[in-house]
Amino acid sequence: MTAAGIRFEGVSHGFDDNQVLKGINLHLTERRIGIVGANGSGKSTLARMINGLVTPTSGTVTVNGLDVRRQAKLVRREVGFIFTNPDNQIVMPTVQEDVAFTLRRRGLDAAEIAARTAKALDRFGLTALAERPAHRLSGGQKQLLALAAVLVAGPSIVVADEPTTLLDARNTRLITGLLVSLTQQVIVVTHDLDVLEGFDRVLVIDEGRVVADDVPAAALTAYLSLLS
Amino acid sequence: MIGLYRPGTSLLHRAPALVKLGLLAVAMVLVGLVADPLVLAGEFVVVVALYAVARIPPTAAWPQIGPILWILVFAVPVQVLVAGGSMAGWTTAGLMAGRLLVAVALAALFTLTTTVTAVLEAFQILLRPFRRWVDADRVGLLVALTIRCIPLVAEIVREVLDARRARGAQGSVVALAVPVVVRSLYAADAIGEALAARGLDD
Repeated sequence: MTAAGIRFEGVSHGFDDNQVLKGINLHLTERRIGIVGANGSGKSTLARMINGLVTPTSGTVTVNGLDVRRQAKLVRREVGFIFTNPDNQIVMPTVQEDVAFTLRRRGLDAAEIAARTAKALDRFGLTALAERPAHRLSGGQKQLLALAAVLVAGPSIVVADEPTTLLDARNTRLITGLLVSLTQQVIVVTHDLDVLEGFDRVLVIDEGRVVADDVPAAALTAYLSLLS
Repeated sequence: MIGLYRPGTSLLHRAPALVKLGLLAVAMVLVGLVADPLVLAGEFVVVVALYAVARIPPTAAWPQIGPILWILVFAVPVQVLVAGGSMAGWTTAGLMAGRLLVAVALAALFTLTTTVTAVLEAFQILLRPFRRWVDADRVGLLVALTIRCIPLVAEIVREVLDARRARGAQGSVVALAVPVVVRSLYAADAIGEALAARGLDD
């Protein structure tokens, strides 16, 4: 059994009397994976397990052979996470400082940090905004900053939890376009079904279980029939 | 410090933050000890020259220094009254006002020419001798997050005030305080999660 990819083996998760995930078994190797489901279905919890923000109450989750429970530090170097609200993941006052923050935690020298930060800013069209206070950016610019700050560290997997929910149509298209163009494995939790066009695999989560796991057309047909 | 830094390449911008902090501390002491109006006038000239070297235009300097003038509008007459309205009282009040203006202008100049990252690194260097008892990285991050969260909480307050007005509850303290506290706590939780995702607990 290959260690590559993301594995969920017998994963369940609950607290108090609430079972959020039940008996999840998955091996995620495809380059573009979408996760859909109703509010409260468990899809965000599942996404958060991939980088160890949530650890399962039973079962194991591994990322490229690394156990998210015992090796969370290493897992988080492999997995970058984009949250719904970029305001909550911007920690430094200016754009440049926030992108550099990720690298400063890695113990790189100042010249290397500066070079990689400049490259990340340029890649996402943020160079002109480098010195701007992060709180003065538009919603789309903040999400671009969040992407830059995550990708500057070079993760091999990017998980995005509803990254376009707070964005207008234009910025949704921009962020989605950037995500699908990444060379990394990308997993996107979304309510926006248009985002999943061209994806390799879509999981439908309902009441903590994977109820459909297929190519986008088939999975979304199953999802829409659930809604009706 | 939020959004006050003005990018530049002047000598003041390039000087190490720790050096600037040290010089600022010394300058503050010297300013506080000044008792001669002529010396104080000389200090004004030096401050103006420093702003010119840093290429900080008056439009950028005024928002930092202007507010202190409003305080002086009240403080100076009070000082004169306390001194009995004598010439000596006016001199004392004038020296107080002058010292305050110079001190505020110097502090503002530091903020305008120093990034938050540079300030945090300076704090970390200062805390290094105490690393056995204090995690300098964490203290630096705490300061950065405090600065970062000020506009975040301000936005929460703005939104809650709007919501309160929309629901016809303008006078209700509870309708302001409770949502602000709850939302701030949720935001803090979310920020903590994001920090963990970015490897803070490494």
